[in-house]
Amino acid sequence: MGKKRHDPLNIGIIVFPGSNCDRDCAHVVSEVMGHAAHLIWHQERTVQGMDAIILPGGFSYGDYLRTGSIARFSPIMEAILEFSNQGGLVLGICNGFQILLEAGFLPGAMLRNTDLSFICEDTYVRVENAATPFTHTCKPGQILKLPIAHAEGNYYADPVTLSALQATAQIVFRYCDKDGHATTTSNPNGSIDNIAGIRNAQGNVLGIMPHPERCAEEIFRNQNGHLIFESMLISLLGKTSLAV
Amino acid sequence: MTQDTAALPPLNISPELIQQHGLSEEEYQQILKHLGREPNLTELGVFSVMWSEHCSYKSSRVHLKRFPTEGPQVVQGPGENAGAVDIGDGLAAVFKMESHNHPSFIEPFQGAATGVGGILRDIFTMGARPIALLNSLRFGELDSSQNQHLLKGVVSGISWYGNCIGVPTIGGEITFNDIYSKNPLVNVFCLGIVKKDCLLRGLAKGEGNQVLYIGAKTGRDGIHGATMASGSFDDASEKKRPNVQVGDPFLEKLLLEACLEFLEQDLLVGIQDMGAAGLTSSSCEMASRSGTGIELDVAKVPRREPNMTPYEILLSESQERMLLVAQPGKEEAVLGVCRKWGIDAAVVGKVTDDGLLRIREGDQIVAEIPANAIAEGAPRYERPSAPPQYQELLQALNLDMLPDVKDATDALLQLLGSPTISSKRWVYRQYDYMVGTNTVVCPGSDAGVVRLKGTGKALAITTDGNSRYCLLHPYMGGGLAVAEAARNVVCSGAKPVGVTDCLNFGNPERPDIMWQFIMAIEGIADACRAFDVPVVSGNVSLYNETNGLSIYPTPIIGMVGLIEREDHITTQWFKQSGDIILLIGETREDIGGTEYLKVLHSREQGMPPWLDVEREQAVHHCVLTLIQKGWVESAHDCSEGGLLVTLAECCLTHPSTPLGAKITLSQERLRFDALLFGESPSRIVITIKEDNFTQVKQCIQDMGSKVPMSVLGQVTDTNQLTVTVQGEHSQNVRHMSWPVTELADRWHNSLEQQLGIDQSS
Repeated sequence: MGKKRHDPLNIGIIVFPGSNCDRDCAHVVSEVMGHAAHLIWHQERTVQGMDAIILPGGFSYGDYLRTGSIARFSPIMEAILEFSNQGGLVLGICNGFQILLEAGFLPGAMLRNTDLSFICEDTYVRVENAATPFTHTCKPGQILKLPIAHAEGNYYADPVTLSALQATAQIVFRYCDKDGHATTTSNPNGSIDNIAGIRNAQGNVLGIMPHPERCAEEIFRNQNGHLIFESMLISLLGKTSLAV
Repeated sequence: MTQDTAALPPLNISPELIQQHGLSEEEYQQILKHLGREPNLTELGVFSVMWSEHCSYKSSRVHLKRFPTEGPQVVQGPGENAGAVDIGDGLAAVFKMESHNHPSFIEPFQGAATGVGGILRDIFTMGARPIALLNSLRFGELDSSQNQHLLKGVVSGISWYGNCIGVPTIGGEITFNDIYSKNPLVNVFCLGIVKKDCLLRGLAKGEGNQVLYIGAKTGRDGIHGATMASGSFDDASEKKRPNVQVGDPFLEKLLLEACLEFLEQDLLVGIQDMGAAGLTSSSCEMASRSGTGIELDVAKVPRREPNMTPYEILLSESQERMLLVAQPGKEEAVLGVCRKWGIDAAVVGKVTDDGLLRIREGDQIVAEIPANAIAEGAPRYERPSAPPQYQELLQALNLDMLPDVKDATDALLQLLGSPTISSKRWVYRQYDYMVGTNTVVCPGSDAGVVRLKGTGKALAITTDGNSRYCLLHPYMGGGLAVAEAARNVVCSGAKPVGVTDCLNFGNPERPDIMWQFIMAIEGIADACRAFDVPVVSGNVSLYNETNGLSIYPTPIIGMVGLIEREDHITTQWFKQSGDIILLIGETREDIGGTEYLKVLHSREQGMPPWLDVEREQAVHHCVLTLIQKGWVESAHDCSEGGLLVTLAECCLTHPSTPLGAKITLSQERLRFDALLFGESPSRIVITIKEDNFTQVKQCIQDMGSKVPMSVLGQVTDTNQLTVTVQGEHSQNVRHMSWPVTELADRWHNSLEQQLGIDQSS
C-alpha cells in the first residue's frame, strides 16, 4: 500500500495453457483502468513486484479433466499461495475461480451446470458483502448485471462449509433476478444458495463465476464490471478514489 | 537401399484399386502422363486425395473465375489459406468460410467441431488472431428425432470447440427444410485481424530452408476424409464414421498462440495448415505456389500409432497440425516456442529446387511426384449443364388459384413460430459470444458486430443464403444472398468491404446440378460487381446428395462490413416510444418462394423476388448515409416472413424492454398476403426521432427516385403491435392487433418447444 498518486499498479495476470480471458483482463487493467498489466506464464515461480494477481477465465488444460484440476499444479501456484498468505489480493474469474477451488484457496467445488450445457448470457447478481477489497465501491445489496460463460459453474459446498460461508459473510455475490430476488429461476446453473462468488476467510481472495472484464467499458452499455476492478485498484492504492 | 525411384516397390495397379481411390480411368491416364511411369500405392493415394473434388475443385474451378476478386482494399485474394482486406490503421481482416457437411452428418459433434478447428487454422496460419466465428446451418425439420439429434450434436460440437479455444461465435443463421434431413449443412466462417504487413502465406520458398512439422501427432484418423467428402451418400454412410476426425481444441489453442509467437519473432518463411489431405496437400500446395520442391522424411513425423505406412502418414487427416518453412538457423527458435507451449515439433524435411514432392522413409524414397502436377495439374472439368425439366414447373405459381390470407393475426404467429424465423437463443446461448471483449452486437440482430480495439472502428459480419430462392431461380437466388448479406451489414452501420462464400450443391456430374451451380455463381458474381465488393476467399462443397437426392442449391455468403465509427453501430430493435417508423424501399407482389408460402400453404414454388441491384444499392446508400448522420435509432432488413415479421421482430427483440408499434399500411394494388408477408428485397425498416423527420425526409428526397420511402407509423410503449391496412377503397379498412408479449413468447420459445426442451429448467 501507500503508492504514490501517479504510480501505476502492477497487476499480474496468470496465463495457463488454455487461458483465454487473460488478454481481456489485461485490456481492462491497462487500457480502461490505466494501470500496468503483466501476463505471467504459469511456469514462472515468482510474482514479485505484483500488487495483485488475477487468475483469468478460459479452459486451462482444455478442461479435459475436472476444471482447474491440472492448473493447480502449475509452478506459479506456489508463488501465488505465498503472495496471498501475505495478504496479497487474488481475483479468480470463472476458470480462475475453479482453479482457486481446486488449489484450496477457497472452499467448495464446481459441478456441471444443471442443464449440462454451456451457458453464455447476462445474469444479475446481488452484492452480499460490499465490505471486501473487491466490492467496496458497490452499495450493499446492489444489483449488478454481469455475463456468465461456463459449463461448470454449479458451486457446491457441504452443509458445514456452507454454514460457515454464510455465517462469516464469505458469500460475496448471489445470482438474483433483476429486482434482486435470489430465486431458483434466477439461478442459471444450479449453484447452491445461488452463489456466484465467494471470498476466503481473510478476505483477500475472491472467486467469481461471472466475467466483470466483459462489461467494464461504455461501448458494452453496461459498466457494472468496472466496479470490481475499481474496488480492487482503490484498495491497493489505499485511497478513496482511483488515482490515475 | 538405393535412392533411385526405380526402386519404388512395384505394384500392379488394378482398375478396382483405381476405382477404390475415387479416380476415373481418364484421370489415371493423366497420372501416368505426369509421372512417366506407373504410380506405386502411396503415390496413387496422394493423387487420389489431391485430385478429389474437395481438394482440387476440379468441377468448379473454371466457373469460380467469374467472381470479381480485385479491389483497392484486397490484400489477399483467393488461392491462399484465407482472403484478406485492408481495414485501415495498418490492419487487415483475414476471413474465410468452409463447409464440414459430410462429416457432420456422419458424426455431428466431431464433424462440426473439427469444422470450427479447420477454419480457425486457416485464419491463424495467415498470422491473424481470430476474433469472430459465425456459422450457417441447414437441417431437416425438427419433427424428426434424427434431425433433432443432428442439430443438438452440431451445436454442441461448435460450442465445445469455439468456447474452449476462446474465439467468440458472434452470429450466423439456421434454416430448416426436409431436403437437408439426409444431408445437413455446416458452414463455418472465421475472421481474424493481422497487421497488414505481417501477413503470412503458405509458401515454401528458398532451397535448403527447413520444413517443420508441429502440432498433434499423426494417427490413422480421417484417412481419405477428403475423398469421402467428394462422394455421395447412401444408407451405408454410417459406416464411414471412422473417416471423421477427432478434434482437440486445447491443442489448437496452444498452436494458435505458438503461431502468433512465430510471427512476433519473425521466424517463418511460410506456414500452412494440414487440413483435408493432411501432410500431402500442405506440402504440395506450399511447393507449388512457390515453384519449388519439398523433400519429406515420414520417419521423422511424430506419430501416435506404431507401424504406420507412408501411405497412412501422408493421407492422415489428424487435426491440429501445421507445416512450417523456416530459414536454417531459425528452426531452433521455432522448436523453442513449441517446447514452451508443449507442442510436438520436428524438422521433417527441406525445400528443394527440383519441383518434386519427394517422400522418404529414412533412406528409402517411397514417392516422388512433381508438386505442381498434383496441385495445379489436377484435372479441370467443364461438366455439362442444363436446366432441369422440372424448373418451369417449380416456377409456375398461379396466384389466382392461391387463396389470400384470411386470418393474418394467426398467420403472423405461425410464421414467428417457424424455426427458420424464430429466435435461435437456445443455440447461441451455448456459444461463448463475448470472449475477447470485442462483441458489441451479440447474436440476435441483423449482423454480429466486433469492435477493433484501439481504432474506434468495428466490423459487422453476417452469413446469409436462401436456398429456396436458389432452387426456384439459381441466378436470382445467388444475387439475393449477396443482397441480403450486404443489407444486414448496412443495417448495422457498415459499408461492405469483402465477401467469402461457401457453395453447397449436389452431384456435379448431373447436368441440372451443374446448371444450378453455374447460374448461382453468375448471380453472386454480378451482385458482387454491382455492390463493388470483391470475393476474397471461399469453399465449394459438392456431392451433397444422399440416395440420389440432392440438396437445394445452397450458396452461403459471408459478408464483412467496416463501421467507421463506433457510434454508427446500429441494432434492429426499436429504441424508444415516439420514434417514427419508416420503410426504405418498396413492397411488391413477391409471394413466390416465401416462407409464408411454405408455412401457410405448404408450397415451395413460384418465382423468387426479383432483385433490382441498382435499387438495392440505392437503399443501402440511403440507410448508411442516414446512420452516419446519426439519425437512425434502429434498422432491420425485411427478409423471411416479410414486412410484418420484420416489424414484430423490431418490437420484441429489445434485450430488456420490448416496445409496441402503431402501423398503418396502404394496400394499393397488392394482395393482402404480399403486403404483409411478401419478401420483396431492398427493404429496410428504420426508426428515427420525431424531431429529425423533416431532415431525414429531405435527405432521402435529395437522393432521387431510386429510394422510395414511406412512413409506417410510430413506436409505442404499449404492449401492442397494431396494424391498420387501408384498402383501395377508403371504406375497406382492416385492423389487426397482437400483444407484443404473445408475439415474443411465440418467437422466443418455439425452437425449444420443437426440441422438446423444458424451458423452466
